This record gives sequence, structure tokens and C-alpha cells, in this order.
Amino acid sequence: MDSCGALRAIGVAIVAITLAFVLLPALVVAIAAFNARAVLAFPPDALSLRWFAKALAYDDFRVGFHNGLIVTAFASSIALVVGSAFAFALDRYSFRLKRTIESVLLAPLVIPHFTIGLGFLILAAELGAARGFAVVIACHVILVLPFVLRSVYISLRNLDQRFELAAASLGAPPRRVLTSVTIPLLAPGLVSGWLFAAILSFNEFTASLFVTSQRTQTLPVAMYNYVREYADPSMAAVSVIYIVATAALLTIANAFFGLGKVLNVENAR
Amino acid sequence: MLKMPAESARGVPAANANADGAFVRIDGVSKHFGDVPALQDASVNIRRGEILTLLGPSGGGKTTLLNVVAGFLAPDIGSIHIDGRPVTDVPPYRREIGVLFQNYALFPHMNVASNVAYGLKMRGTPKAEIQRRLAEVLALVRLTGYQTRRPRQLSGGQQQRVALARALAISPKVLLLDEPFSALDKNLRGSMQLELKDIQRKLGVTTIFVTHDQSEALSLSDRIAVLSEGRIRQVGTPDAIYRRPADRFVAGFVGDVNVLRAELVRVEGETAFVGLGVATLAVPAEPLRGLSQGAPVDLFLRPEQLHLTARGGTSLCEGVIAAHSYQGGHVDIHIASESAVYGRILVRQTQSDAAAHWPVGAEGAIGCETQEAVAFPPEP
Repeated sequence: MDSCGALRAIGVAIVAITLAFVLLPALVVAIAAFNARAVLAFPPDALSLRWFAKALAYDDFRVGFHNGLIVTAFASSIALVVGSAFAFALDRYSFRLKRTIESVLLAPLVIPHFTIGLGFLILAAELGAARGFAVVIACHVILVLPFVLRSVYISLRNLDQRFELAAASLGAPPRRVLTSVTIPLLAPGLVSGWLFAAILSFNEFTASLFVTSQRTQTLPVAMYNYVREYADPSMAAVSVIYIVATAALLTIANAFFGLGKVLNVENAR
Repeated sequence: MLKMPAESARGVPAANANADGAFVRIDGVSKHFGDVPALQDASVNIRRGEILTLLGPSGGGKTTLLNVVAGFLAPDIGSIHIDGRPVTDVPPYRREIGVLFQNYALFPHMNVASNVAYGLKMRGTPKAEIQRRLAEVLALVRLTGYQTRRPRQLSGGQQQRVALARALAISPKVLLLDEPFSALDKNLRGSMQLELKDIQRKLGVTTIFVTHDQSEALSLSDRIAVLSEGRIRQVGTPDAIYRRPADRFVAGFVGDVNVLRAELVRVEGETAFVGLGVATLAVPAEPLRGLSQGAPVDLFLRPEQLHLTARGGTSLCEGVIAAHSYQGGHVDIHIASESAVYGRILVRQTQSDAAAHWPVGAEGAIGCETQEAVAFPPEP
């Protein structure tokens, strides 16, 4: 009985330490953000919200946030359309080089982001293209495409084909089947695919560092540039804002995944 | 009353009906999946207003044939005619076929009314007409008042009735039922079968019903087509299938059957005489064509055709009682006997005291009260 209790206590301790370890960096930064003094120190001597005010007022951060939203919105939406189209093709049709095409589309998962960023930088220079939003968005589309593709592909795999056959037998031509049955039933997969793409794109730093310019820099790049010159807690304040925003998005995504489960249970009945 | 094309034409010779009265004609249909033949040269006609059952084990080809009729699959060769019109190349959305799926496939993102009205909406039916039809079919399946429910809020039986209403709302020329009862529990299954047959008869809609359950097939069908390994083995009324199975497979698959070692006595025209013990039974000669007098044959007899008697009478064979199984209305008695080709002989006794009369271990003789049986050459 005693040894059992001891084992249990050790188990609880291991879980607690692991959880603490995972959350610790974020916690340290979050607490540092409330430091009243102008140093990135832990633990803070006195508490203040002044760095939040400074971060929100700092022009580079504001522009970076704005740029990030533009890039994210376009990149994840384009990736959703392209990724869904490929997911449909891969799920519904058999054609030559199908496996190869699938591997290429999923390749950005294994190619380092800086390689993709560098590649885009060289290509843009060779083609004489200005380092505008188009280049940044194109780069992000490639980075997030595998995630959208997987998400939609898995949703399609789990979609019982009989829903579509039922619609067809009731007189719905293929286009009506798609709009009235397939897409509504895929909605959870489409929305969560888009959200994950958006979160990835908004947080992306490595490739963005290569392809953005002063004018198009996204928030992570702006933060990097800031920390090279200053070491005050406004960085930590931005981090806290970041974490809260991303957590909110993830909660929404999770709600959709939950919805997906409900739909699947229903299909299985 | 709901108007079905089949009903409106009932009793009136249809102008475009075939000479043989076939409403759905399936002609020489074959379908391969890769190198695997799923369906080989299947031909069967379905008459206007009847329930034809495609019966067979899983992998027998019955679902493939249903999918070909629905237009979900294109046959490699062969043709489908519905109401005199070739539909082999017509896509499913223009075939006017109602399908009831095994899992019902109700659209989970729509309520009952939207599910049932879906087919009418696709046809551009005016709103008032949709409302009228919706009320009509929901009344038919006894679900009036359930319009705003979601499929997941309904029981299995209610979901099935919604699916049936959805399929019937479009006044289909043919109703296809794909194992519709397999997801229901046993009690509900019986009442849904009666309800479905009642509705089918009321509307007179030509129906193709797919099942692997032979008792379901016997009780629901006007005619049965037995499929195995992609081939149609026999087409006939439930009684003909049960009493005059065309081959060993049909005899073994439909109903319980005993296979006994017997010998061919003589052949007289269409009738062959088969001897077992002191009894001689008349069987169709066709399957035994080519066998010589005295050749061993397998005699197929139903459990209810046999009875236990005291030894020494005019019996087919003798054996030892091995087990009883009380079934309420009858008792199944299993008998170990050397005459059985496989396992034990099953005899169905209707007396409730049969078990006491024939205790396990007792010796008994098996008599036969029928002249009607079938026999096939032994398996190699």
C-alpha cells in the first residue's frame, strides 16, 4: 500500500515537472513582460504594464502586425483553395505520378524553412521581382500547403461516400452534390485546415526573414530586428499578446475539431 | 394519396412495357474490379410493382448489381433498361431511382424536412408542392411533426423511416433497398419489415431489395435472385427457391438443410428416384443427368420434412440423439448418423414433449413425410 502510494506520488511529480517544463519558457517571458524596469530580467522587482503600452505604440510592431495579417489571410486562403483542389484530386482520381505529386506537395514538411526562404530570395533576385507582398505570400503558401492538404485530405477520406451517392440518386447533378452536401460536410476540415495554416503563417520567422523587406516585414521579423538593438521587456509584452491571440485561434480550431468528431459519430450510426 | 408512376399505370397496359412484362431489365451485366470479377453475365427481369430480392453472401455481387442499377457503377458490358428505356449510360441523377442505404446516409447538416425535400428541391418543384409532398410522405412513414428534428436526434427506426420518405418523395420509378434492416435490433427489424412491405404494396413501387439474410428474403420478396461468386444462381418465388433449389449452393444457403448419402435408383423422364434406407424419393432429374444407376448422390432434405420414429419402421436412416434445442414452437433435435454427409442431421419436431420423448443418447430412426426433395451429385 505504501509503496503503491509512493509510486503514485512519483508519477504525479513526473507529470507535473513535464508540464512545468513545457510551460516554463512562456511563463518566464510572460512574467518578465510585467517588469517595471527597462531590463529583460526574471523575476521582476516591480510590476507595470508600461511595456505593453510601448509595444502597442511601437511603429515597427504595428506595421509588422498589419503586414502579418495581410500575408496570413492571403497565404492561408490561397493554400486552402489549392490544397483542397489537390486533396480532391488525390482522393477521388487515380492518375499517373499520383504518389510523386503527393510527395512533392508534402515536401515542405521536410525542407528547412530557411532553404525555402533562401530559394525565394535568389529566385526573386534572378527574376528581378521586387521584394513585395507577392513574394512573401507565395513563400508562405508553399510553407502551409502541406498542412491544408493533409487536413482536407483526411476529412475527405473520412467522408462516407454514400452521402454523395444519396444526393446523386435524389437528382443532384455533380456540382449541386458538391455545394449542398460535400462542402458542408467537409466544413470542419476546411476551417481547421485554414486556421492551422493561418497560425503557422502568422508565426513563421525563418523563411520570412529572407523574403521580407523593411516595407513588408511581418511581426516575428520586426521582433527579431527589435531585439537586435534593444533588450527591454516590450519584446516580452509582444510575446504575451502573441500567445493570447494564438491560443484564442487554437480554441476556435479545437471547437471545429470537436464539431468534426460529432459529425463522425453521427455518420457511424 | 401519393402518386407513383407504377401505381398510376397499374392495371393499364403500359405502352412501353416489354412483351415479357419486365419493368427493369438487367441484361448480361458483368463488372470487374481490377482483375477480380464482381459480377458475371447477370441477367434478371423485375416486373412492375414487385419486390425482387438479391440474396447472397457478402462478396456475392448483389451490392455491385444494385450499384449498377442505381448508376453508381458502370458495367463493363451488359445493359440496364428501366420502363423500356435504356439507362446504362444515364447518370444516377437522371435515373429517378430511390435508394435506401444500409446506414441511411441522412444528411447530418439538414433537418428531417430538408432531407426529405432534397430530391424535390433538386427537381425545382414549386415550394407549395414541396410542402404538400413533404406532409404526404411524412404521414406515410408516420413521422408527421418531426420536420425540424436533426437526424442525430432520431432513433435508428425513425432514421430509417426518414430515409425511406426521402427516397419515396421523388416518386421513383424503382426503389433500391441496400441491406436496410441490418443496423436495427431484432425486434425493431421485424416491425420495420412489415411496415416497409405495407408501404411498398400501398404505392406499388417496383423494388429491388439486397440482403444476405435468407429469412428476410423469404418473408419479404415476391421473387428472389440468389447470387454467389458474381453469378445469379437461381431466380424464383421464395417457395420455389426453398423447395426446388437449382443447385447445391442455393439449397445450402436458403434455409436449414440436411445432406444425406443416397443412391440413384432410376430416371423416368424429368423425375429421378433416389433411394435411402427403405425409402425412395422422387427428385428433379436435371441435376443428376449423366449419373448411372446406383451412383451415389447427395439428397437434400429440410429439417421439417423429417421426423423421428421408432427403429424398424420405414425409415431413411438411423442415428443417436446428440442434442436438443428448444425453440418455443418447435424443438430442433440433432442426430449423429452415418448417413449425414456433413455434421449432424437436424430434425424439427413440433411436439413440445419431443425432448423428453427422445432423450440425448437414445437411438432413433428418421422418417420422411415428403415426396418432394432435391438431390445433386456428390462434391468431388
